[in-house]
Amino acid sequence: MNTEKNIKTLIVKKPLKLDCGKTIKDFPIAYETYGSLNSKKDNAILVFHALTGDQFVTGINPVTNKEGWWSYAVGPDKAIDTNKYFVICSNVIGGCMGSYGPNHKDPDQKIFGTNFPVITINDMVNAQYNLLDHFGVDKLFSITGGSMGGMQVLQFISNFPDKSKTVIPIATTSSHSAQNIAFNELGRQAITADSNWKDGNYTSNETNPGKGLAVARMAAHITYLSKKGLQEKFGRKLQEREDLKFGFDADFQIESYLRYQGSVFVDRFDANSYLYITRAMDYFDLAKQFNGNLSEAFINTNAKFFIISFTSDWLYPTQENKDIVIALNSIGADVGFVEIESDKGHDSFLLNVPDFLSALKNFLDKSYEEN
Amino acid sequence: MKNEFQVIADLIEKDKKVLDVGCADGTLMKFLKDNKNINIRGLEISKEKVQECIAKGLTVIEGNAEKDLKQFPDKSFDYVVLSQTLQAFLNPELVLNELLRVGKKAIVTIPNFGYWKVRFHLLFKGTMPITKTLPDEWYNTPNLHMCTIKDFFHFVKSKDIKIFKSLALNNLNKSTINQSNLGVKNLFADLGIFLIEK
Repeated sequence: MNTEKNIKTLIVKKPLKLDCGKTIKDFPIAYETYGSLNSKKDNAILVFHALTGDQFVTGINPVTNKEGWWSYAVGPDKAIDTNKYFVICSNVIGGCMGSYGPNHKDPDQKIFGTNFPVITINDMVNAQYNLLDHFGVDKLFSITGGSMGGMQVLQFISNFPDKSKTVIPIATTSSHSAQNIAFNELGRQAITADSNWKDGNYTSNETNPGKGLAVARMAAHITYLSKKGLQEKFGRKLQEREDLKFGFDADFQIESYLRYQGSVFVDRFDANSYLYITRAMDYFDLAKQFNGNLSEAFINTNAKFFIISFTSDWLYPTQENKDIVIALNSIGADVGFVEIESDKGHDSFLLNVPDFLSALKNFLDKSYEEN
Repeated sequence: MKNEFQVIADLIEKDKKVLDVGCADGTLMKFLKDNKNINIRGLEISKEKVQECIAKGLTVIEGNAEKDLKQFPDKSFDYVVLSQTLQAFLNPELVLNELLRVGKKAIVTIPNFGYWKVRFHLLFKGTMPITKTLPDEWYNTPNLHMCTIKDFFHFVKSKDIKIFKSLALNNLNKSTINQSNLGVKNLFADLGIFLIEK
């Protein structure tokens, strides 16, 4: 896996003071772009990725050789039409696809591991803000993302209220719930319980805490799907066998599927990054930053919001998305909202859900026409 | 666009902020936005209709007027419009109060159950009336609380709600309703349009 040559990076010279109190500088942000910036520079869309995403939004990811994570939504003639818009996406700091993270070296040339500073969603967007200068974009046309990407969207517009015309948080929350934190903790415990984790000081690929990371991924993957979706896809179907084997191999297709999801994840993701990014999500509570009044987070922006949730998403349910709508309405902000019917759970925003994709496309294209 | 919407649009001055409750496919919203430079928002319960509004570039919130109006601050809109939906709510009085709280003024239209065709239908056929404004059968109508123009007129007065304008609509004919012609209008109008304030 040759990562270096396919990854574009911006070295941020300016010091960035993190929420944990530490300051970082001269750090890399890995990014990718799609489409082209027009002469008016008014067609840029900043996309924020979710927990396990990266900057390779669409097309073939050159590092993993798999389809980009938002290939259904982003590309020529798609909902986020790269014939029309200039799409920028960067790997979050704390991540493992080239941006500054725990698998980088500290000034003494030692791999950070858990000596990397704890990162927040606020730190992530403050780091990514440097991309606007880099591309000479004064104001973005839109910012969007699902799940943790949606949290970054909310934080970004709160921090930089006049830097985007439209704002599209998808399947997200303004504050990580106890249930969200519980699931993340389960994943972290799986990683740290793996004897290869060694307090985060694993180095070579042979001795990484792959088993723990795979279990973390399996548990998380269940939360991305709905009960109905799982039942329809797998039910009690058996995996390449006629009958139960009375053992602990994967008898059921769902077991085999989860094991596969766990194993492929380990090949592309760093266990320490998983700890850092889930921590950032757990610490996210936008209302708390404004003394418990979420509306205050958006009081200075004139941006046009469009919030989207999914009926079967129980990880970031409709009500949590609606709470954002309510906070915006209470200050008279321009906000639209739709709940999309889908059996595909939280993952709906990543999948081929036509009602979702058409709503996203229509909102963007009509808003751009009004520009 | 139907005549009712034209009458509603005529009641609204340019450049105002308006909420269309039960905005359906956004026909009225689009007209107000394009022709009167209205800062327009919609609230709509049907996912399908919400999608149609988004496709028209309109700002619409999927929601239920009986539950979701409470998120809007007092007097945050110049006008709140409710077209032919009041009778479909479980609690029309609560919705009406919410409209008047959220809007500086409200425009409410009601299909008139006192219209002569409705009365004749029930009187001579003995079955639940079906007319242009009441197109559904008794078993599939969304309407729960039908009223007449007279009922609504009396109700509004009894609640100390101020009526700025009350109009009777019969096909293309628009006329003003007042205390003295109430009985006649209640017989010959199939739709009542009220501009009210509290």
